[in-house]
Amino acid sequence: MKWFLVGVMVTATVLSDLLQSFEMKRAGEQSVGARGFIRLLKIIAHRRFLILAIVCMAFSFFSFMALVQVEPLSFAVPASAASYILETVLAKLVLREQIGMQRAAGALIVLAGVALLGG
Amino acid sequence: MRSLPRALLRTYSVLLLFIGLKAAGNLSLAWGMTHLTAEASANPLFYLRAMLDPFVALGVVLLIVALLARMVLLSVADLSFVLPVTAVGYVLAALLGKAVLHEVVTRQRWLGIFLIFGGAALVSFTRQKTTDTGETSK
Repeated sequence: MKWFLVGVMVTATVLSDLLQSFEMKRAGEQSVGARGFIRLLKIIAHRRFLILAIVCMAFSFFSFMALVQVEPLSFAVPASAASYILETVLAKLVLREQIGMQRAAGALIVLAGVALLGG
Repeated sequence: MRSLPRALLRTYSVLLLFIGLKAAGNLSLAWGMTHLTAEASANPLFYLRAMLDPFVALGVVLLIVALLARMVLLSVADLSFVLPVTAVGYVLAALLGKAVLHEVVTRQRWLGIFLIFGGAALVSFTRQKTTDTGETSK
C-alpha cells in the first residue's frame, strides 16, 4: 500500500509541476497582488493543462495525507523528495531548460538535505 | 526593458512570499489537524469535516494563495530553478515546528537544513530563466 501511495504522489507531483511550468512559460510573466491573482485565475480557467495540473496536485496532496497516516513522516518526506530528480530531468527533456553542472549539483545537495530532514 | 536587478528582485520577492505563505499555511494546517481525532485515511468525509476547523480552513486558504504565488514564480523562472530554491521552505517548516509546535530538531535534521541551504544557494547563483516561450507578456 505504501509504495502505491508513493507512486501516486510522485507521479501526480511531477505531472502537476511540468504542466504548470509549461503553461506559465506560455502565459508570460505574471505578477502578485490582487489584480495579478485575478488575472492568474482567468488564465487558469482558460487553460485546460493548468486545470489538469490542479487535479494532479489534489491527487498528490491526498496521497501524501494518506501516506502520513500509514507511515511515519520520516518516510513520507524523503519519499516525496524523489520527485525532485525526476522533475529536474524532465525539465531538461520536456521543457528544454538548460541544467548546468551547478544547478544539477545544487538540486542533488537539496535532495540529500530533504532526505536527512525526514529522518 | 526592465533592468536585470529589478527582475531578480521581483523573482526573490515572489519567492519569499511563496515560502512565507506555504510555511504559515502548513503550520496552521498542522495546528488544526492536531485537534482532530485520527480516522481512516480512505474516508473522504474526514477531510471535508476537517475543513470546518478554523485553523485547517485558514491553512487551506493560505496554501491556495501560496499556489498562485508559485504559479507566478513559474512564469518568471525555470522549474529546475524553482524546485531547489523553494526547498528552503522545508527549513522554515522545521524551525517553526520547533518554535511553535515544540518539535525536536535532531542533529541529523540540522545537517539536512544546512545541506538544503547550501544546495539552494548554489542553484540561486544560476540563471533563473533559460527558456523564452512567453506568448502574452505583461
